[in-house]
Amino acid sequence: MAVYLLRRLLQSALVMLAMSVIVFIGIYAIGNPVEILISPEADQMERERAIRALGLDLPLWMQYLSFLKNALQGDLGRSFVFNEPALQLILQRMPATLELAFGATFIALLVGLPLGLYAGLKPNSFGAKTVMAGSILGFSLPTFWVGLMMIMVFAVQLGWLPSTGRGQTVEVLGLRWSFLTWDGLQHLIMPAMNLALFKISLVIRLTRAGVRETMLMDYVKFARAKGLSPARVTYVHVFKNILIPVVTVVGLELGSTIAFSVVTESVFAWPGMGKLIIDSINVLDRPVIVAYLMMIVLMFITINLLVDLAYSALDPRVRLEGK
Amino acid sequence: MSTTTANSAAPAPATPAPKVETPFRRFVSEFAESKLALFGLAVITLIALIALFAPWLTPQNPYDLAQLDILDGRLEPGTRNGLDTFTYWLGTDDQGRDMLSGIMYGLRISLTVGGGSAIIACTIGATLGLLAAYAGGKTDTVIMRLVDLQLSFPSILAALMILAFLGKGVMNVVLALVIVEWAYYARTVRGTALVERGREYIEAAQCLALPTRRIIFRHLLPNCLPPLIVVATMQVARAIALEATLSFLGLGVPITEPSLGLLISNGYEYMLSGKYWISFYPGIALLVTIVSINLVGDQLRDVLNPRLKK
Repeated sequence: MAVYLLRRLLQSALVMLAMSVIVFIGIYAIGNPVEILISPEADQMERERAIRALGLDLPLWMQYLSFLKNALQGDLGRSFVFNEPALQLILQRMPATLELAFGATFIALLVGLPLGLYAGLKPNSFGAKTVMAGSILGFSLPTFWVGLMMIMVFAVQLGWLPSTGRGQTVEVLGLRWSFLTWDGLQHLIMPAMNLALFKISLVIRLTRAGVRETMLMDYVKFARAKGLSPARVTYVHVFKNILIPVVTVVGLELGSTIAFSVVTESVFAWPGMGKLIIDSINVLDRPVIVAYLMMIVLMFITINLLVDLAYSALDPRVRLEGK
Repeated sequence: MSTTTANSAAPAPATPAPKVETPFRRFVSEFAESKLALFGLAVITLIALIALFAPWLTPQNPYDLAQLDILDGRLEPGTRNGLDTFTYWLGTDDQGRDMLSGIMYGLRISLTVGGGSAIIACTIGATLGLLAAYAGGKTDTVIMRLVDLQLSFPSILAALMILAFLGKGVMNVVLALVIVEWAYYARTVRGTALVERGREYIEAAQCLALPTRRIIFRHLLPNCLPPLIVVATMQVARAIALEATLSFLGLGVPITEPSLGLLISNGYEYMLSGKYWISFYPGIALLVTIVSINLVGDQLRDVLNPRLKK
């Protein structure tokens, strides 16, 4: 296990390093950093002084090393727009994004599991076919457009929910959260639902497939033969077993939910990391772009690592393969 | 055709010769079993034709500023235009542009970017997948590691990253979509090619000392096509959706070449004042396009999947 862990950690570190090279080349080599970092009004002397001060006259690999050194110390540059450290800016916005992503995951399970269970237990009923057709629609609908339509219906025409923003927040553990106030919850529900749409379809399909497979298992037949009530067979014997793969996949998808929140946050003006990165790209605030990309890459690598470790802890076959 | 003329000269046979069942005919009849898929195919053909002939079908050229009248801005669907020559069936946007014409022109860009990127990604991905399967060893490991790395990041994030570096533009969007998508093709083709590689006909071709390139592209590739076609169909839909999303975020196509996503984005600010049509109808066009492609793709997957054969 220790060897496997070490090897896996080393792999993650390598991927992180590779991504840092890509980000560095992307930002610093393709674009000209001189034009971005130095005021256009500066004269020749000032320009040269600035280039030397910023280390832009050094060979590329030396620039990369200093970029890496600063990054490891948590210094990813200062935002041109906010004049704050870029990393701090990202971290400030992170709770809002995480709140949205967890809200969406919660809704996906809350809606998807019962529907999937129903579609799996009665696969030929009209209701099940409607649910499955709906899940195809959930995969096909462009998220951002559905978001706009939700605003149009629920905010503009019916006036039930606020259209944008985060609403009132409460400070708990030093961070601001929306879901603890009624106003904040009203603001959260529509974006979370929008982000959840794709996941709901996914959970429905996974649950349905799981139920249909599990229902044929011997232990289910045995439970029935013992004379247990259908409800007990369904909720205790079947449901518990399908929950494992569903929860695993949903957990794995958390990373992509955070990535896709870029779209939902832009539609609903939700002040999270996603909205920040889109705004930063539009005004070419490069340090923030770099900080966001490095953060999200780190997040992905961590999620992948945790999932792999959890698997190897649960399933001895994976450990053997690693050796 | 020549057989029918020969038959008419000979003593007339009692019954017409039965149609030979070629693999292609079987494929067509199996595909036609699903009415929904046929409907999807009809819709997608219609959409492609509309996009192709947009300049002749639309009442105005939405990008010729001389034809626009700013006084016609934000008119409701069904209003006559200022000169009373035609009707804005789907309303107008803030520039007084006919939405119906805008959508038809927008489809051209959406389909070109989606289809174009799919073709390029398919070519690159399939070549690398074939190479990985045929060469094996180090080549295989390197290519598949790249595929794994690519697939472990969500497509939107990878595309965002590339466009953050390169800036907006039609070619940059195509490039981003290609980089995001090639891995799906490579993985699919490698999977099939690994199986096909062990078959006798490949061994026979090797025994004939055919050049490797010929074996890969003339013998291996045709036998890997069915799953590739399925993936390609689905990926075109995904590419169109992704392009629309990127354009909506302001990172995709420039304002001079508006795709459906950009049209929807333009309507965003008018949404809150109840002018729904500027965003609503381009969205419907996008939705219909994506759903029809997915319907066709779903049926193709069922028909071309050997595991589901009766």
